[in-house]
Amino acid sequence: MNMLEVNNVSKIYGSLHALSEVNLTVEEGKWLSIMGPSGSGKTTLMNIIGCMDKPSLGSVILDGQDITQLSLPQLTEIRRDKIGLIFQQFHLVSYLTALENVMVAQYYHSMVDEKEALLALERVGLAARAKHLPRQLSGGEQQRVCIARALINYPKLILADEPTGNLDESNEAMVMNLLHQLHAEGSTIIVVTHSPEVSKHAQTTVVLEHGKVASIINN
Amino acid sequence: MFRRMLLSVLVRQKKKLFLIALTVALGVSLATAMLNVMFDVGDKVNQELKAYGANLNIVPKGAALVNELYQLDDKQDAIQYIKQDDLVKIKMIFWAYNIVDFAPYLTTQVMVNGKPVTLVGTWFNKHLTIPTGDEVDTGMLAMKSWWSIEGNTMKDDNLQGVMVGEAIAKQLNLKLGDSIELTSSTQKITLTVNNIFHSGGVEDNELYVSLPVAQNLANKVGLVERVEVSALTTPENDLARKAAQDPNSLSRTEWDTWYCTAYISSIAYQLEELMPDVRVKAIMQVAESEGSILQKTQLLMLLLTILSLICSALAISNLVTANVIERSTEIGLLKALGATNTSVAMLILTEILIIALLGGIVGYFIGLGFAQIIGQTVFGSFVEPKMIIVPLVLIMVSLITLLGSMPALRIMMFLRPTDVLHGR
Repeated sequence: MNMLEVNNVSKIYGSLHALSEVNLTVEEGKWLSIMGPSGSGKTTLMNIIGCMDKPSLGSVILDGQDITQLSLPQLTEIRRDKIGLIFQQFHLVSYLTALENVMVAQYYHSMVDEKEALLALERVGLAARAKHLPRQLSGGEQQRVCIARALINYPKLILADEPTGNLDESNEAMVMNLLHQLHAEGSTIIVVTHSPEVSKHAQTTVVLEHGKVASIINN
Repeated sequence: MFRRMLLSVLVRQKKKLFLIALTVALGVSLATAMLNVMFDVGDKVNQELKAYGANLNIVPKGAALVNELYQLDDKQDAIQYIKQDDLVKIKMIFWAYNIVDFAPYLTTQVMVNGKPVTLVGTWFNKHLTIPTGDEVDTGMLAMKSWWSIEGNTMKDDNLQGVMVGEAIAKQLNLKLGDSIELTSSTQKITLTVNNIFHSGGVEDNELYVSLPVAQNLANKVGLVERVEVSALTTPENDLARKAAQDPNSLSRTEWDTWYCTAYISSIAYQLEELMPDVRVKAIMQVAESEGSILQKTQLLMLLLTILSLICSALAISNLVTANVIERSTEIGLLKALGATNTSVAMLILTEILIIALLGGIVGYFIGLGFAQIIGQTVFGSFVEPKMIIVPLVLIMVSLITLLGSMPALRIMMFLRPTDVLHGR
């Protein structure tokens, strides 16, 4: 079964075609990388897949539902229920502890469960740092909190935007290892990246150039 | 979690929120001070204006009627009298505590060195025991505070002393301590000049003695001719003016409101109720001046209050907007995690309202201090804190915070996660 179908999707800003008739399919439980240089449309595509933007043309079927037909509040609901987001810059709430940052995702999803949030932190190796504020954590640790937050609601799709972009080699390895664990447990993963090294971890790599799919590589 | 997020932001971002609290505190302190003074200024201005004399004149009913019918200038043509014993009733009306002072007068003509002179008997500072058990000191000296008086204070039990007007003293070449012989139609008495006074009015041509002396000379023991009353009143408004024309024209509700408000007309009405043989006339120039000064002062205070609140709302608007812009990534993230506009708005508004409330509480107490400074500096007295200000402050704080937060909330509503989460 397909987790994601992107059909002839275009995103047009005036005369600029950020995406042009993009087609791709991701089966449930697969790992896809989206690669390309700056300005190739990677982030635009990620925003559309992540229900944070709508395409100008085409359709996107996520878990059997055409998300291009949904209103903004409905898209928020889909994002909350089905997608776990990981950002390059971590984006943790500065005044909340690591544990609370994970619990925020629970709060907006359904119910807060502190024990479960602590287990998620334990899984990324940060149980001991649960009460620390983001500024007291290293970049790698912050990204691991971000991963714990992304997986806390058991999303069907994990969408990671340059997850290792701000990390050193050892932290990169740790983060990729965590993504592998999630993938092994059946999560569908889409990683947007510049790095050919990171893209190699995926089963399939889609290369974007000038808003179009330039090539699809099966790793 | 909402409470946890709220506490975290309040505790861990307190420095950033401090400016908002400070702005609210400043605005509320000014508003509290102005409102307290505004609510108290009525009594203060009234007290100040009491220095300019009486605002009610009590005359016998017959005298008033005849004078009004025939427009007689010569009071002797229609003179009637008020019983001195009835005067305590002035302090027994519903608004007794608003009667600041009153003084009876009995005028008679006497001859001094062959010249006719007006002699006035009055209470200078009479101690009275009211049937209700209250005790009061009242008399002319307190009501004529602008008189310039030479010599020792005249006492009511000084039956040998006389206060001599400046003009008549000059005319008769009188000095303090001189003896003066007065002749009425029936008696001849000798008094000592206890005071020489300057009033700036016709009183400078008159002699003032203790009431019993004048009553004996006029052969009117136990009677007075008129009474001047100085009362603290509420400024006249349309209801008071309507009632002054005809109290019977008021509806039941209007009547109750009027009767239970210290309008000069309702005080006059209540005096007439208790003393059926008199007519109480309001000295409208004084009453209207009081009302006019009071209204202008209150308007000034109200404008200053509104101005300070507008300034606060603008400052809060800037601060909250800056706060929201500074936190745009956090807001975008919350939205990306599934927060709705309403839930984010609730979080931000609750934060701001709590901070504003804390600022408001501090501002309220600072405002009470400001009010005392204004009270002492301008009126030389304590401004009584009014409890009604507390809910008003609460409403003000909520209102200026909500209004001030509107532009920031608008920015927040239109903020999209994609605008702030992918900055590299």
